[in-house]
Amino acid sequence: MTTTTATHRGFWYRHPGLRLGGLLTAPMAWLVVVYLGSLAALFLTAFYQVDDFTGQVVRSFSLKNFQTLFTTSAYYQSVFRTISIALLVTILCLVIAVPLSFFMARVAPRSWRPVMVALVLTPLWASYLVKVYAWRSMLQPESGVIAWFLKPLGLDGPGYGYIGIVITLTYLWLPYMILPVYAGLTRLPDSMLDASADLGAHSGRTFRSIVIPMIFPSVVAGSIFTFSLSLGDYITAQIVGGKVTMLGNVVQQTYVTNLPFAAAVATLPVVIILLYLLAVRKTGALENV
Amino acid sequence: MRAQRLLKVATVSASAILLVAACGGSSGSSSSGSASTGSAAASAGTDAAPAAPGGAAYAGPVGAGEGQVNILAWPGYVENGSTDPKVDWVTQFEKDSGCKVNLKTFGTSDEAVKLMQGGGWDVVSASGDATLRLIYGDLVQPVNTDLVPSYADIFPDLKMQKFNSVNGVAYGIPHGRGANLIMWNTDKVTTPLDSWAVTFDPNSPYKGAVTAYDSPIFIADAAVYLMATQPELGIKDPYALDKTQFDAAMALLTQQKDLISEYWSDYTKATQAFESGSTAVGTSWQVIENLAEADGGHVAAAKAKEGATGWSDTWMIAKDTPNINCAYKWVDYIASPSVNAQVAEWFGEAPSNAKACDLTSDKNFCTTYHAGDTEYWKDVYYWNTPTTACLDGRTDVQCIPYSEWGTAWSALRS
Repeated sequence: MTTTTATHRGFWYRHPGLRLGGLLTAPMAWLVVVYLGSLAALFLTAFYQVDDFTGQVVRSFSLKNFQTLFTTSAYYQSVFRTISIALLVTILCLVIAVPLSFFMARVAPRSWRPVMVALVLTPLWASYLVKVYAWRSMLQPESGVIAWFLKPLGLDGPGYGYIGIVITLTYLWLPYMILPVYAGLTRLPDSMLDASADLGAHSGRTFRSIVIPMIFPSVVAGSIFTFSLSLGDYITAQIVGGKVTMLGNVVQQTYVTNLPFAAAVATLPVVIILLYLLAVRKTGALENV
Repeated sequence: MRAQRLLKVATVSASAILLVAACGGSSGSSSSGSASTGSAAASAGTDAAPAAPGGAAYAGPVGAGEGQVNILAWPGYVENGSTDPKVDWVTQFEKDSGCKVNLKTFGTSDEAVKLMQGGGWDVVSASGDATLRLIYGDLVQPVNTDLVPSYADIFPDLKMQKFNSVNGVAYGIPHGRGANLIMWNTDKVTTPLDSWAVTFDPNSPYKGAVTAYDSPIFIADAAVYLMATQPELGIKDPYALDKTQFDAAMALLTQQKDLISEYWSDYTKATQAFESGSTAVGTSWQVIENLAEADGGHVAAAKAKEGATGWSDTWMIAKDTPNINCAYKWVDYIASPSVNAQVAEWFGEAPSNAKACDLTSDKNFCTTYHAGDTEYWKDVYYWNTPTTACLDGRTDVQCIPYSEWGTAWSALRS
């Protein structure tokens, strides 16, 4: 009895390659075939054409889609608009998340922490669509809650449009910024803050020289979420964007009539995210993640 | 270090495998995609009438149901009481036929075509700007009208039209027709409207509160307005636009963009916008007016004097449906007089079945909706699929095909 178990165990012991292969085959297959495979198909489709009549894909290679994309001002304006929305959302999330997480992790009593984390997470329990439609009614021109609040001040609400999209996306992705920043702040050792204070630094200096460098990787991690999620979104723009559209809307509008063109448009966010990751890598923030 | 190199080797070999797989996959599917090359040839030969695609029609007889039928439809066409408990014709069908109805609704014809391309649907309620794409895309089959008893009572001017038949072969059962209306919120617009002018004129008093339908087919609405206001362009058919005419329509739409508060393709969003008044005026469907009014919204709608785009819908059967008997049972049921009357009244369109007019709860319904009034439909241009060969019969120019309508629309919207 004992000998069989021993040889059984011995087999995997003697074949580490097989052992590793057995463990990695399924996840690697998923990554390569499903994930990278569909990306490759996307890139390939971007070079195809479409039959004028039926709208079906014709497999003939040309650069026409990219030409249209880069020579039509409407499209590259859409690219810049989308990037600016994603950046604004990321900055707004950051401005809200850093003080909030700092309070949660360092100021508030320890016993409050789980409750506060739960509160930050509660919006994630509701469906995306419910939240966006809630913002649609809040942003409604004239009769919406926001317009009603601003009326005494003599201001109009933002209504549906660029600002509406930024506000809604900031609301949607805020937890994805708070959580990593909060985690980074809880890992910050008290001893460092004490040492800084002992050496005579006032709180502003401590924040600049100790806290910011320490939580920088967390901030970067959070910004990857907020930036990439905003970049690919199209439903929010559809519901609260009025006539303002994002790159995702261009994909959604063209993917029926001209799938290859939609594929060409869809490669843009991929390229933008890759550039963003490269820039982030330059800062060294990814080394400890 | 070693682990890193191992990983690198793994990724490189994996991507090599991937490339091979991708090449194999694409060559395999391109050889099986003979249908698409066939249709490419069909549209390339401009005047030569292509052979009717889609294979042979079902010989029948319609036997026992397969237990279910998967339906793609415009919102409001297939109601099981979940929108309004009083509005339900699906339950009766399920009871009679034993076919369970699985429904998905769509907001634009493009969405319908895409969903059909994805497969898994047995029947679809297709408008004229989808039907030909579905037929030549080899996605639907001819319909054997002998197996559909309700077909006999369909209005003759809906049968065998250029959008629901090819070379004398029927591809579906007409469902009903209607015009796209100009709708307004009566709190914002106090005088009744009868013209599209307020939605296109740069000096419109409703600037910033106008809505338009978010689909390339809306270019035809601009063309209809141009037919009335700029006759020198010589537009005869809003779906047959040459370069000059198309550019004029796009210029009008670009100018209209300043007036727009939002575009709609989701009818619930449009209903809410008209109800709340964030949209004062714009293009709409009768069903949106009905829903907004039922909700207590202050709205009204009318057919504009310039004429209008409209739809004439057809129930079509998917080419490779496994539920052929249930599909035939459904298209017959939905076109039968009493059900056709219910759908038409709920959706607010003219029924296709002449006998439906005796069965509507509002006895004047068919008169109100001009069901048999051939004159009324003269300036309603049913949605159609624009092709390079001009649909109005001109041969001296090339028209702008629908794929370019799509690109132009997306550029406008971006």
